[in-house]
Amino acid sequence: MTTNAGSVTTPKEKMRATLKHRYAAEKRFQAYGIAAILIALAMLVTLFVTIIGNGFTAFQQYTVHLDVTLYPQDIDPDGTGDPEVLSKANYQSAVNDAMYALFPEATDRQARRAVRELISPGANYVIRDMVMDDPSLVGQRISVRVPLASEYDQVLKGNVDPVVDFTAFKEGSTSVDWSLSPEERLISEKQADYLQQLIRQGEVEASFNRWFFTNGDSRQPELAGIWGAAVGSMFTLMVTLALSFPIGVSAAVYLEEFAPKNRLTDIIEVNINNLAAVPSIVFGLLGLAVFLQFFGMPRSAPLVGGLVLTLMTLPTIIIASRAALKSVPPSIREAALGVGASKLQCIFHHVLPLAMPGMLTGTIIGMAQALGETAPLLMIGMVAFVVDIPGSPLDPATVMPVQIYLWSDSPERAFTERTSAAIMCLLGFLILMNAAAVLLRKRFERRW
Amino acid sequence: MDTILVIVAIVLLAAAGFVMGRRRAVVRSGGVSRSLHSLPNYHGHFVALWSAVPALILLVLWLPLEPTLAMNAALDYFQQHIAEANNLETIRQSKLALLLGLSPDQTTIRLEDLAADQFGLLQTEIRNMAAGGASTGHAAFMQEVADVYSGYRETSYILMFVVCLALAGAGAGFAWTRIAPEMRARNHVERAITWFMILCSTVAILTTVGIVLSLLFEAMRFFAQIPVTDFIFGLHWSPQTAIREDQVGSTGAFGAVPLFAGTILISLIAMCVAVPVGLFSAIYMAEYADNRVRAVVKPILEILAGIPTVVYGFFAALTVAPFFRGVGESIGLDVSSESALAAGMVMGIMIIPFVSSLSDDVITAVPQSMREGSYGLGATKSETITRVILPAALPGVVGGILLAVSRAIGETMIVVMAAGLGANLTANPLEAVTTVTVQIVTLLVGDQEFDSPKTLAAFALGLVLFLMTLCLNIIALHVVRKYREQYE
Amino acid sequence: MTHLRNDPEQQHEYPETTAGKPTVDGDAKVAARGANVFYGAKQAIKEVSLDIAPNEVTSFIGPSGCGKSTFLRALNRMNDIIDICRVTGDIRLDGEDIYDRKVDVVQLRARVGMVFQKPNPFPKSIFENVAYGPRIHGLVAHKDELDEIVHTSLERAGLLGEVKDRLETPGTGLSGGQQQRLCIARAIAVSPEVILMDEPCSALDPIATAKIEELIDELRGNYTIVIVTHSMQQAARVSQRTAFFHLGNLVEMGDTETIFTNPEHKLTQGYITGRFG
Repeated sequence: MTTNAGSVTTPKEKMRATLKHRYAAEKRFQAYGIAAILIALAMLVTLFVTIIGNGFTAFQQYTVHLDVTLYPQDIDPDGTGDPEVLSKANYQSAVNDAMYALFPEATDRQARRAVRELISPGANYVIRDMVMDDPSLVGQRISVRVPLASEYDQVLKGNVDPVVDFTAFKEGSTSVDWSLSPEERLISEKQADYLQQLIRQGEVEASFNRWFFTNGDSRQPELAGIWGAAVGSMFTLMVTLALSFPIGVSAAVYLEEFAPKNRLTDIIEVNINNLAAVPSIVFGLLGLAVFLQFFGMPRSAPLVGGLVLTLMTLPTIIIASRAALKSVPPSIREAALGVGASKLQCIFHHVLPLAMPGMLTGTIIGMAQALGETAPLLMIGMVAFVVDIPGSPLDPATVMPVQIYLWSDSPERAFTERTSAAIMCLLGFLILMNAAAVLLRKRFERRW
Repeated sequence: MDTILVIVAIVLLAAAGFVMGRRRAVVRSGGVSRSLHSLPNYHGHFVALWSAVPALILLVLWLPLEPTLAMNAALDYFQQHIAEANNLETIRQSKLALLLGLSPDQTTIRLEDLAADQFGLLQTEIRNMAAGGASTGHAAFMQEVADVYSGYRETSYILMFVVCLALAGAGAGFAWTRIAPEMRARNHVERAITWFMILCSTVAILTTVGIVLSLLFEAMRFFAQIPVTDFIFGLHWSPQTAIREDQVGSTGAFGAVPLFAGTILISLIAMCVAVPVGLFSAIYMAEYADNRVRAVVKPILEILAGIPTVVYGFFAALTVAPFFRGVGESIGLDVSSESALAAGMVMGIMIIPFVSSLSDDVITAVPQSMREGSYGLGATKSETITRVILPAALPGVVGGILLAVSRAIGETMIVVMAAGLGANLTANPLEAVTTVTVQIVTLLVGDQEFDSPKTLAAFALGLVLFLMTLCLNIIALHVVRKYREQYE
Repeated sequence: MTHLRNDPEQQHEYPETTAGKPTVDGDAKVAARGANVFYGAKQAIKEVSLDIAPNEVTSFIGPSGCGKSTFLRALNRMNDIIDICRVTGDIRLDGEDIYDRKVDVVQLRARVGMVFQKPNPFPKSIFENVAYGPRIHGLVAHKDELDEIVHTSLERAGLLGEVKDRLETPGTGLSGGQQQRLCIARAIAVSPEVILMDEPCSALDPIATAKIEELIDELRGNYTIVIVTHSMQQAARVSQRTAFFHLGNLVEMGDTETIFTNPEHKLTQGYITGRFG
């Protein structure tokens, strides 16, 4: 019964001959699949390890303990207590004096300068903020911790040359491990000596980096924080949510439940699918040309950012909401219409509540996208250097991803550290949002 | 100005209208709610809508108009009362001279002669001073202008407040008189809601129209200065030098070919990473992995899709690029620290989940009967996949890859942070190239003058980018949809 | 007799006769002894023992969900592709246990081919559909041989005359009956010894069905054929032996004529006379 009568071997034998080869091919193919997954996972792990490895030290900051005497004649000579006066007063000399007190032997200009540079150039702002909060401090001798200048902070964290072991230093070790030539060093030998002296006096301590979580941007890495960007992100997302959710859901309800099948709705449908795949930077160009130029809205404002992100997330929300509406079985609608509800009543009373978890899930995912979006916001000027924490959606602000972008451009090693830390915070928020979406889906998942 | 106060007032009025409308409906029905056509609540909503909607529309129209009118009045005042000959000397000595670009021999100031940016600066200054900003270095009379401006705004605000509330009240009153048992309040309310929903649906279309019009409009202005052919076929891109030499048209510095080439090179590298990895992991997930593995690995891979692109950009610049550079050095190759390879590879990683989830969808959409037919003949799994499933799924996979390409072309942050700025026409992945998106960002971030070809070029590039991705998307979505229909 | 349908938990008296006892006189091509099939915890086939004689058509009949298709798929281990499916007991092909660890599934399926309920040609040309099996199994060295196999198989499947001018057109473009014959040709092309057919005519119109039945009768000379069918008329028309399944049990097996005219078991009688099923 062989089909190829002329040949010597039977099909069975032929099959057996190729079998080994075929199974080898099968194994190889499967190995490709596993390799592909492993590559993807390895990339993910590398990314996380890099970010966390670079960033976790940013949550700590070496600080110097200072006893600062705030002489009223320097700060508020008339004793007005007026915030205007207090905010413009000179705190630098008080800080300098406190530093000189720690190094009595440093008397010449050069030495004093080196001593001053040990602490953050922004230390006076730390004092100022304390005084602004509590004007009664004027005239007192206060004990504060101010951040160490970022170069020294990085040295102690072991992020840059030379390698200085804080604990060994504290115990009196003098060995500084220089691996770079003097020109390339971040701090000089003399400065290392001062640092060591300061540590041995017990004035330096590693503490939680609260500035990172409470400050806005700053030119001084040790005082730069993400709070300003976080608030900016919050305002932007609030605007986005307030606009995109009602608009998205309404559009989805109309398209899914009311829209007649005609050319126009076809166009809208194709249009929404296409919009979902338009590069985000194009939305930025739209925002720049229409919102800023045509309508004259303010640059750098979370309001405009929110508008642009609304247009960007709308397709996501509409598509998810329509899917959620589709999954509500027609029997529910028939039941409601059958007892004489109007179409809108049927939808608002029955269909929408059932579809709501799906819509909310889609909205959260859209919001998560919006939170991580950078490019369109660059176009509408949210890249400004913003020190102040924005107080309303109309104030100039930046957002977390843009802050990350800005910091990543800064050459200082301390900013690299802070970039990674900011990324960790951003990813934390994203994980929370996605977890909320997953929970929502699990909690309300319904099978018909 | 506290617009919010106006909005709150309108909303409060509408709420009051709701309560009153409801009560009137109940009263008119004589307490027998069956005699009403619509439930009392609908009557309430009817009144509330009539009160809030016209007032809010008026508010929305008023808001952008108001500052413009006030500014015109202030500028008028400036022209009439300040820009007089006897003030000229004072102006010349103040910061205003700089602002107005006053030349020493000028004897009159005519606002309409001012250049656009100076005019803008003057307006900003007036606005700042009206908002209570310090009037440093200005002649005192600038304060007068600012006062005129803020005076107008104040009057306008009060006027707006009164008119809006009056309109809200009138609307509510009108609706209130119409309430009667037989009035079809529900139908009116529902019609209003339906119109609102239709309005929302058109937002998507308006967005597209907005994109197309704004890009086209600005790009036309660009092409009025630079010939289209120079832009599309020119080999030399250096907008910065063109500005400095002030001879834009002739230098051909806006030749976008290097940008297109760079974009394609980086996208190609990205695809070389994303397609094999994404496709093979999708195949493994769909055909080999058991449920437990799938339940763990799939969400982990999807994390890659949720990571913001700025993070990838940082990763590329901080880790991957130096790594390639180091490897290159150790084998004697000169790798740029902004190599296309690093940017492309990281972009590829970003796109992996995109390719894999789309491929997963199309692979699982191939009917089980195809697999059975093949297994029934004694085919191994890999033979079934490569010879039956993949050929059957090919259109879908291709559609997915096209969508991925469109995403790679439009990706911005990774290339902004990890690719180069210099337009370099090369196919060598170890060198730095620049892309369309990088140039858009560089041209538009920072101080811009809106009429310079440098800024307008960004819109021309945006137009090209939009058209490219649009074509890819339309083709891809069409292919994928046809593919799905085939198996439904 | 509605209770038979509605109450699957009800205990029926199943005859002991089939268990462990050969039902064919000579050497059986396929022999099952005490075979069980489980889907997870659910037992779909219970202690089935039967023999399938060479070069005959054996038909499996029974009400929906009785396990006849499941048992058929156990004969070439198609159930392997379902994760939760488990087979115990003993099923032999030419005396060799097909569930033995040494047995190669790929080879087994080449020896025991299968035709499915819904025609499932690959989305390729007619030629490629038939050539697929010989290609993957490495049966042919050059194009001429392949051409020959494809032509012979199409010939045997009675399709060659209808398609020989358009071998390069897609197999999915054929009519339902032609598609099913293409699937049969595809199965024949790898020279199987047994062909399993899972309700091959259920998606076809009467004329196409008649053609397939004719074909099955012709193929009997060269192949052992097992066919699952819903239609008792079809079983009576094409098969020499018939097995009747009920709720995962083999109730009765014997010559088709005996089963249809003089069944031993009252369940069989009830089914063939149309009182349930």
